[in-house]
Amino acid sequence: MHDTFFFNANTLLRTHTSGVQVRTMESQKPPIRIICPGRVYRNDYDQTHSPMFHQVEGLIVDKNISFADLKGTLEQFLREFFEEDVKVRFRPSYFPFTEPSIEVDIDRGDGKWMEVLGCGIVHPKVFEHSGIDPEEYTGFAFGMGVERLAMLRYGVNDLRLFFENDLRFLGQFN
Amino acid sequence: MKFSEKWLRELVDPAVDTQGIADQITMAGLEVDDILPVAGEFSGVIVGEIISAEQHPNADKLRVCQVNNGSETVQVVCGAPNARAGLKTAFATVGAVLAGPDGKDFKIKKAKLRQVESFGMLCAASELNISEDAAGIMELAADAPVGTCLREYLSLDDKIIDVDLTPNRGDCLSITGMAREVGVLNKVPVNFVEVDAVAPAIDDTFSIELEAPKACPRYLGRVIRNVDMSAKAPQWMVERLERFGFRSIDPVVDVTNYVQAELGQPMHAFDLSTLNGGIVVRYPDAGEKLTLLDGNEVELSSDTLVIADKERVVAMAGIFGGEATGVTAESKDIFLECAFFDQIAIAGKARSYGLHTDASHRYERGVDWQLQRKATERATQLLLDIVGGEAGPVVEAVSEADLPSDRQVTLRQSKVNQLLAFEMPVEEIEEILTRLGLEIVERGEGTWTFAVPSYRFDISIEVDLIEELARVYGYNNLPVKVPTAELNIIADDESKLDLHDVRRQLVARGYQEAITYSFIEKNLAAQFDDQNEAVALANPISAEMAVMRTTIMPGLAKALQYNQNRQQGRVRLFETGQRFLPNGEELIQENVIAGIISGPRLAEGWASDAAPVDFYDLKGDVESILALGGSPEAFSFVAARHVALHPGQSAAIQRDGETVGYLGALHPELVKSLGLNGAVFVFEINQASVLDGKLPRFDSLSSSLKHVAIWRCWLMKNRL
Repeated sequence: MHDTFFFNANTLLRTHTSGVQVRTMESQKPPIRIICPGRVYRNDYDQTHSPMFHQVEGLIVDKNISFADLKGTLEQFLREFFEEDVKVRFRPSYFPFTEPSIEVDIDRGDGKWMEVLGCGIVHPKVFEHSGIDPEEYTGFAFGMGVERLAMLRYGVNDLRLFFENDLRFLGQFN
Repeated sequence: MKFSEKWLRELVDPAVDTQGIADQITMAGLEVDDILPVAGEFSGVIVGEIISAEQHPNADKLRVCQVNNGSETVQVVCGAPNARAGLKTAFATVGAVLAGPDGKDFKIKKAKLRQVESFGMLCAASELNISEDAAGIMELAADAPVGTCLREYLSLDDKIIDVDLTPNRGDCLSITGMAREVGVLNKVPVNFVEVDAVAPAIDDTFSIELEAPKACPRYLGRVIRNVDMSAKAPQWMVERLERFGFRSIDPVVDVTNYVQAELGQPMHAFDLSTLNGGIVVRYPDAGEKLTLLDGNEVELSSDTLVIADKERVVAMAGIFGGEATGVTAESKDIFLECAFFDQIAIAGKARSYGLHTDASHRYERGVDWQLQRKATERATQLLLDIVGGEAGPVVEAVSEADLPSDRQVTLRQSKVNQLLAFEMPVEEIEEILTRLGLEIVERGEGTWTFAVPSYRFDISIEVDLIEELARVYGYNNLPVKVPTAELNIIADDESKLDLHDVRRQLVARGYQEAITYSFIEKNLAAQFDDQNEAVALANPISAEMAVMRTTIMPGLAKALQYNQNRQQGRVRLFETGQRFLPNGEELIQENVIAGIISGPRLAEGWASDAAPVDFYDLKGDVESILALGGSPEAFSFVAARHVALHPGQSAAIQRDGETVGYLGALHPELVKSLGLNGAVFVFEINQASVLDGKLPRFDSLSSSLKHVAIWRCWLMKNRL
């Protein structure tokens, strides 16, 4: 779905950190609750896109994890993250590894919805590939852009500031 | 995809306004990006006909036109180069209100331009915000009815809705698909286009062979003879096409595009006289080439499905037609193609040639495999209405075994309850899914088997049905809770440091944390590392971001340069992250910590002088993080050379005799070539060697005191 950077036919730079989820599911038994932050790379460069940025993904796999748990967890996270009573809405979307897939928008009181993260119920095929029985276990996963959330949280208006390492910028976050 | 709201409303017209529809479909997963009015706000503009256009007596660039407004002829002064007798154009009559360039309304009044009276204004499309065309006044069709309101004539009271469709919803890539969805969400019926078969007027056919039936299991063709290519697609069709994003080209292309927009089925037409022998759908032979409709010649790779005749390749299947066989203004007989191509066979192919077409966009997302006959008949019907001619019978080549099969999916109520965390009423489950076009094949105890319509190729397993239920029920209407879990205690190895400890230590010593790009300039990489050849990206974004860093130092040096250039003289930066080391075919990713310091040792203050940092400042900082793990004695500093460091002021950091990092003054050559000011000191060290600490082990206090006591006794005894 995204333009990748690659070295050859077999090696490329990850465009998201989902590989960590897969490796975790392959090597651990549920219940699983992980957070995986990391650098990701996409071949895109302008005011709102950086060829390198950071993502945080999360995954929970257990018996009886439902859509309601996903909603509750992410709603709570967003309210705590912004430390305000943000309005949260869940919108159907599509990611190949979740079903249903959801995009989450927030409204911080100005009547405008802003997309802040993507998430969904783990696709049963992902479980099958990882040796987890999708009849016994369910789970949800989410991913968000670190810089994007930091921009919203701290009012930063240009993504590129995060990679210029200007001391006058860095010094504002001591 | 964008489409005209008016067109949508002809198929389905719920009692909801434009924004309401946009909100509904956005919340159903078809995200609306934008709603744009087709034209600006204006009134009093009609279709006018220029009866005569004479040169203005007092101005070179103006003309004095006599304009028929439907009931009388009025005089209008106009500066447009295309104002000419016989032209039908947009005529803003006296009293008309237009939106000015500043956004404010302005009223058209009777005026005098260089002593000649003018009763109104002839308008360019840009002046009415219909398009950006400002080259001249609008050129309306010759049959435009004089005196009619322009808004009505061009149906300008319409909005374009722009939706950003996710790749799983290929079924919505047409006005029919959008209407179906809007119908479902509003529980209102949809007036689907009714298509009747066009009875063949002639017997002519053209043969079709499927040599790659897996990739192309169905191909329909039809010969149409004696078409009149001078005819033009009707206004309503051109409008709908334009609002859908298709420019009007010729009647045949317009019709195939229209069917694609209306039903979602891509189609193509060939000039029959250019085809030899019959159609063969196959994979190309080595070295076969094709000149595409855009004039570019491509060499076809062996996995690109093609349409060929008996002699040569004539089109890239599902992607692009060939130039030599396309319909032209001279074409008399055409061959209409309508095929079903397998999604996987087409996926990624257009891109490998740097192409992206409306057809490839649809085939890659999936096209309804049951749609081809309907589309062929629809296109024939529309074509005959415009270009006339006689149609032959539809020839269908099909490989039934390779067609997708009718899908049935079983749904358990227990699974719905489990995943959505509430008991959705049985009636509601059945109602939502049947509304979506699924049919109940079997009803069991808390289970159903549903038949999936052929256009919903995204539905194949149980969770797909649950997603549909959630989507139509409304994600935001579903219950909310938080997960519960057992409170197991997770082991935490006390002898291991956390990277945060190191970060905090450096921050406490006055450093700022930097984040530099993982890819850097090739030369810079070589200047900082002569041991490893940095791995190059095959498709870098620029020369400055071309190779993967084998050390973080160059990124930090660039950050220092950036800050010095902005009058930030006192710099202390560190970064934690990976360096990328080539190892045969493999790429080793090693986590390291690196830092750089330069400028005055102390921040400016009344008691501090401006003495610059030196090697021992950096060494002190490094030692402080090496000590965090509890075994500083494991580390040693050994004089060593490093290509990026000053030969006389550099050392290797060793842990138990093994080199785990370097520190020192940046090499004077580098300081010079990077244009840095003053002395610069850098370090880089492997993370694991720093984080691998030790568990403190108590050494008896009394025993150590005993040593002191014995020693003291010895001293006294010897009277020293």
